[in-house]
Amino acid sequence: MVQSGTSVVGVTVRGLGKAFRGTWALRGVDLDLAPGETLVLFGPNGSGKTTLLKILATLVRPTRGSGVVSGADLVRARDQIRHRVEILSHGSALYEELSPRENLSFAAAIRGDRPAEGAVAAALERVGLGEVADERVRTLSSGMKRRITLARLLLRRVDLWLLDEPYTNLDREATKVLEAALQEHQERGGMAVIATHNFLDGFKLATRLAILARGRLILDEPRGTMTLPAFQELYALRTEGGGR
Amino acid sequence: MNFLALAAEILRKDLRIEARSREGVNTLLFFSALLVFLFRFALGPTEAQVRQGAPGLLWFAFILTGLWGMARAFQIERENDCLEALRLVPGDLGGLYLGKVVGGCCMMVATELAIVVMFGLFFHLDLWPAGVRLVPVLILGTVGFVAIGTLFAAITAHLKAREVLLPLLLLPLVIPVLLPASRLTELALAGESLGAEPHWLRLLLVFDLVFLVLGYLTFPFVMED
Amino acid sequence: MDRLGVTLGLGAGALVVAGLWMGLVQAPPDAVQGEVQRIMYLHVPSILTAYLAFTVVLVCSIGYLVRGTRGWDRLAHASAEVGVVFTAITLFTGAIWGKPTWGVWWTWDARLTGTAVLFLVYLGYLMLRSVVEDQDRAGRYAAVVGILGFFDMIFTHMAVEWFRTLHQSSSLQRGTIDTALKLPLYVNLLAFVVLYAYFLARRLRLAALDEAVEARDLGE
Repeated sequence: MVQSGTSVVGVTVRGLGKAFRGTWALRGVDLDLAPGETLVLFGPNGSGKTTLLKILATLVRPTRGSGVVSGADLVRARDQIRHRVEILSHGSALYEELSPRENLSFAAAIRGDRPAEGAVAAALERVGLGEVADERVRTLSSGMKRRITLARLLLRRVDLWLLDEPYTNLDREATKVLEAALQEHQERGGMAVIATHNFLDGFKLATRLAILARGRLILDEPRGTMTLPAFQELYALRTEGGGR
Repeated sequence: MNFLALAAEILRKDLRIEARSREGVNTLLFFSALLVFLFRFALGPTEAQVRQGAPGLLWFAFILTGLWGMARAFQIERENDCLEALRLVPGDLGGLYLGKVVGGCCMMVATELAIVVMFGLFFHLDLWPAGVRLVPVLILGTVGFVAIGTLFAAITAHLKAREVLLPLLLLPLVIPVLLPASRLTELALAGESLGAEPHWLRLLLVFDLVFLVLGYLTFPFVMED
Repeated sequence: MDRLGVTLGLGAGALVVAGLWMGLVQAPPDAVQGEVQRIMYLHVPSILTAYLAFTVVLVCSIGYLVRGTRGWDRLAHASAEVGVVFTAITLFTGAIWGKPTWGVWWTWDARLTGTAVLFLVYLGYLMLRSVVEDQDRAGRYAAVVGILGFFDMIFTHMAVEWFRTLHQSSSLQRGTIDTALKLPLYVNLLAFVVLYAYFLARRLRLAALDEAVEARDLGE
């Protein structure tokens, strides 16, 4: 899976585990992702999806196991990974008193990026926020705030996208922008791990399907010829008792 | 990203937010005015008592408002999970610490000056002899307080008991700031030269340096995970 | 009970008995203060041992931050706990000494104030640990407090000393203490240090057992 020498070398995770005071949030997770693949992760609440994403983003250190993201070790080369990964979390990480433009500029600045002239404006335009680019975020709706985070994602070229419930608060138009952007990302060889409850949209995007339940990866396979109803049935079967 | 550049970005962002925020400086000033009133009523009708206790009272007021200011530095980042994005900054997080410290000092010193002016106004203190001498004392004392306060604010930011833990942890540690600062303030208000008790100045200076360095070194460990 | 614990325990016990006998019975009473001065044999070793304990906390805190292995953290925690206990003993014996000597249970004398602040600082250390749920985080946060607290104490002692002093300046430093009193003092000091080591060993063992139980609950 790991081919050194190429710029995008995939994600490899072995035996990943994370324990929080007395319980395992993740247990023995093995994962492989090749360039161009989009893994869509389904699972009941509390199954550990967010934890997995955060570990891949290097926000959280694993208790057990190891992993390599784009050739960099998950524990020892976190800084390198941070250059190659972008996470879209539950929290928007937006400053309410600043404008969308200022928020995006700040996000780029603290990473040491200098976005090209007009790149910020273009990203905001693309998500339909061109007109409110200089309004305080506090005055915007939650849907608009979500779109700012999408624009922030679009500003960077990274190897791996980690999207945690990206469809929340995203209307149909913005969803289309997300899907188009994901497609471009895939074509560039980028990878994505998307955690979602939205079977309809999530299923569409997947090249791989996975189910996480009670911290364990109980399914991980290419989408192949699977249909959505079949998958939903499989999900219900495999996670019975785990709730939704 | 080099830590000075990061510090500058953080500082710029915080000052901008502060300028636009409805809370912040306004609330601090209002709170300080309230304190001044309280001192008056608590200390009885004789002004002489207040004037005598002025240095200590001033620093008491500074510390009280400072506690609030310190907590605020990281509460801003907690809203919307901004701290998560900051933790993902590759490289030296010491820049975040430095930016917050400088920002905190600016806020505090501005508030302190306002409090001093209010004190002078309401208690008929003669501030002119104090004049320029007071400012270095304010700065030196504030730096020491903020150096540790920023660190502890980061530690307690996510804890449920933060409102009681921050003062509990911070206050005993800032005693070596409080003592010299209030003594030097006393000198300044009396119109005397600060050089009259140079050991206090030296203590403050060394304290500030030591704790800025310690804060800078330990901050990344606080931000982990 | 493990071998080390037993040895330390017996050693501590023997030394404490010897020290107490020497200090409270054998040594001559002080020329000026009389019998009450005997409390020095508890008070001084107590604070010195507390300093030792907090120095260990400093070293282990740095060790934990740099190395990250649980052993450092456990030792830091245990040492802080024992240190706080000895500091409390210092304050308590100080008060008992103070009442007949100065007439009051408490004064804002430099040394006593400094010790009280020390107590507060490391009490805060323990409180922080108890409030943070994640053990790793708790250790890291506590390590930061342990490091800052140590250096802060140096400054606090200086500052408070300059502020005002009522205490007799350190008897050991000045060297004016009579030889007849020196020996019992050193014996008691040794006794306290061994006692500290004993408590530390017990506390460490307890912590290790605690962690083993948690690990088993986790289903390692």
